[in-house]
Amino acid sequence: MKLALLSDIHANLRALHACLAHAQEAGATHHAVLGDLTGYGAEPAQVVDAVMHLAARGAVVLGGNHDALAVQPPAQPQTHGDLSAAWTHGQLDAAQCAFLARLPLHAQLGSAWLVHASADAPANWHYVDNPHRAQRSLAAACAHSGVSHVFCGHVHHQRLYYQGAARALMEFMPTPGVAIPVPAHRQWLATVGSVGQPRDGDPRAMYALFDATQGRLTFHRVAYEYRAAAAAVRRTPQPGWFAQRLEEGR
Amino acid sequence: MKLLAPGTVLDGFAVGEVIHSGGMAHIYRVHYADGRPDPGFAMAMKVPRMAGDDGAENLLGFEVEHQIFQTLGGDHVPRFVAAGDLARLPYLVMEYVPGRVLQHWLDEARTLRQRPDAQEIARLGQAMAVAAHSLHQQNAVHLDLKPANVLIRHDGRAVLLDFGLSWHAHYPDLLAEELRRAVGSPAWMAPEQVVGVRGDPRSDIFAIGVMLYELATGELPFGEPATTGGLRQRLWMAPPPPRALNAGVPGWLQEVILRCLEPEAARRYPSAAHLAFDLGHPDQVVVGERGGRTRGTPLRTHLRRWFRAAGLQYEPSPLPSQAIREVPIVMVAVPHLDASDATLYSLRQAVSRSLGIRPGARLACVSVIAPVDSGQDEIDAHRLHLERLRQWAQGIHLEGHQASFHVIESGDVARALCTYARGNHVDLMVLGAATHGLQMQRLVATVPMRVVMDAPCSVLLVRQATPFALLDAPPDTRGPQSAHDRSPAPV
Repeated sequence: MKLALLSDIHANLRALHACLAHAQEAGATHHAVLGDLTGYGAEPAQVVDAVMHLAARGAVVLGGNHDALAVQPPAQPQTHGDLSAAWTHGQLDAAQCAFLARLPLHAQLGSAWLVHASADAPANWHYVDNPHRAQRSLAAACAHSGVSHVFCGHVHHQRLYYQGAARALMEFMPTPGVAIPVPAHRQWLATVGSVGQPRDGDPRAMYALFDATQGRLTFHRVAYEYRAAAAAVRRTPQPGWFAQRLEEGR
Repeated sequence: MKLLAPGTVLDGFAVGEVIHSGGMAHIYRVHYADGRPDPGFAMAMKVPRMAGDDGAENLLGFEVEHQIFQTLGGDHVPRFVAAGDLARLPYLVMEYVPGRVLQHWLDEARTLRQRPDAQEIARLGQAMAVAAHSLHQQNAVHLDLKPANVLIRHDGRAVLLDFGLSWHAHYPDLLAEELRRAVGSPAWMAPEQVVGVRGDPRSDIFAIGVMLYELATGELPFGEPATTGGLRQRLWMAPPPPRALNAGVPGWLQEVILRCLEPEAARRYPSAAHLAFDLGHPDQVVVGERGGRTRGTPLRTHLRRWFRAAGLQYEPSPLPSQAIREVPIVMVAVPHLDASDATLYSLRQAVSRSLGIRPGARLACVSVIAPVDSGQDEIDAHRLHLERLRQWAQGIHLEGHQASFHVIESGDVARALCTYARGNHVDLMVLGAATHGLQMQRLVATVPMRVVMDAPCSVLLVRQATPFALLDAPPDTRGPQSAHDRSPAPV
C-alpha cells in the first residue's frame, strides 16, 4: 500500500490537483485526507466535490476544525476565520454540507493512525508542534493495537517525531523527496504539512507518501499555480491577506 | 545469532565462510543461491550479533547502518546489494572489497619496530581524507573512523567501513538523545563527540588526525580513556607533539597532524579536501609553531584551555555538504604565454572577489608549462615560474586564506588543468577567457572551451576588465566619466 496523505487543503483546488497528480506519478494506491478541506481558499465547493469523489473510490476522509466551522458558522463572526467560514458556508450546497458534517475525526489504516490534530483529544484541535505534544498524541494512538505510525495535519509544516536512543521523542526536519525508513518496530508521528496553505516561506504545496509495504515515508513539496490561486481568493469577499499568504507561503 | 553453517540459504543468498567475527556482527562470504553469477564483484553479508546483554545496543547500531548504508555511493564505500527486513531477518549484503585495513600498517610497524616513512603516511592520510570528503559530500559523517574501519584497496584508494555510529542529514538520527552522551570509540572520538554533538564533518578530520598520529609515532595521542573525565581531557589537552616521540617526523607532517587534532573544530582543516590537499603537497604546507614543537604544552596553557573548555559550546554544522561547499578549494590557471598585464590584472581581481565571499577557501595557483628536459634546466624553469606565480599573487589580499603555487609540465594545457582539478577536489577554477592559445582558436578548440567541457568543477572564465584603460590614464583624469570619453589605450 502506498498511501498519499493530504491535509489542510483549505479550498485550494489547484494545489490539490497538483498534489494528486504528483501522488499518482509516485505510484500512490490509496488516499487519505486529514481534514480542513475548507476555509481561507476560493474553491470550497469544488474541493469538497473532488474529495467526495476520492471518498467514493475508497479514500479515508477526516474532518478538521475549519470543516466544522463551515458546516455551522458562528452566528456572531469575530475573527477572519469566522468570516471565511460564513462565506464558505454560503458556497456549499446541502449535499456538500452533509458530507462535511459526517466526517469522522480519526481512522486506523493498518499500522497508521490518522487524525487532523492530536490523537489524545481530536476535538480539542491541539497543535502538535513540539516533541512533548507529539508524545501525548503518539501515546494515545499507540494504545490501539497494531498502531505504530500517527499521521496528522493542522500545523501546516512538515516534521517527523521519532523515538531515538532516549525515551523522549526527537524532532526531525525532513528533506523533501527523501524516502525515510520508518520501520514499525519504532513509533513515529508525522505532521504531513498543508496542501493548500503552506506557512514556512515556501509557496509549494505539501503532502506525504507512506509506503506501508516498504516502511518508508516521503515528504513532498509540489509546485503549483499559486499566483492563480491567490488571484482567485482576491475575487472572493475574503480578506486580501489570505491571497498574499499563498504568494509568500506564510 | 549463532554462527550460520556454510551452505545455509538466507533470502536467496548462500552463506559461505566467515570472513570476520567481531563483537557486533559476523561477516560471511555469500553468493546467489540460485547459481546466478556474482554482480561483477564478490559479496559479503553482515549479520548483527544479538546474543548477550548488549544485543539491543548492537541492533540499534545495525539499524543505523541499515538506514544509512543503503543510500551511500561512490568509490569509497562498499557497494550495496541487499538488505533484510530489520524485524524479521536483519542483514546487509554488500561488496566484498579486497584490501588491507589500516590496522595492518600499525601492526606491521610494531612487528618491524619501524615507523612508516612520511611519504607513506601522507599517502594513507590523503586516501582517508579523500574517502571522508566523498562521504561528507553525500551529507553523511562517519563518526567512527578508526584503523579497523578504514580499508586500503590494492590501488591505494581508501574504503570506509561500518556505519553503525554514522550520521546522515537526510535521516532521523536514531542515536540522538535529549541528554547528550558521548557516542564513538574513545581513542579516536573528536572532542565535540565527547559532549554529544553529532553531524560535524570535522569530527572525521579529528579521527584521521589520531590515525596519522598513530602511524607516525606508534602511540595514541589521548590514550584509550575509559572514563568520561578521561574522555573530556581532549577538550583542552594538547597531545605530546609527534616529533617528541619520533624525531624522524618532518615538521610539515606534524603541522598537519596537530591541525587535525585541534580541540576546537573551527581550528582544524575546514574540510577533508583541504586536508587531502596538504597531504598531497607536503612542500606547500606552511609550517608554523605547531609543526616545530618538540616539547609538550606548558601547564599554564593547559590550565587556561581547561577553563575555556569548561564552558565550551559546540555548534553542529547544519548540512555537511553545505558546510564543505562554503570552504572550497579555488584554483586559478595563471598563463605565462600571450598574457597581457590586463589579463593578469583581471584574473587577480576575479580571484580576489572569489575568495572574498568565501572566508574559508584556499587558493591553488597553477601554471602549465611546456615539458622541459629533466636536469638543471627543469629545476631552473620551475623556480622561474614559481617565482612568477608568487609575484602575481602579491596583489591578492590573502588574509586568512591558505595559498599554494604549482608548476605543471604538460603539452596539453586543458587536460593538465582538468586533471589537477580532479585530483585535488577543486570546487572552482578561475581561467582567463582569452588566454592559452588565443591565436589558434579558429583552428582548434581553445583551452578555455575544452576546460569548460571537461572540468569536474565550476569554471569562471574571466574577460579582461573593461575599465582597464583607466590604469594608464593620468591620476587627475580618472573617473567614471572619462571612461566613456577616452578610447581604450592599447594594453
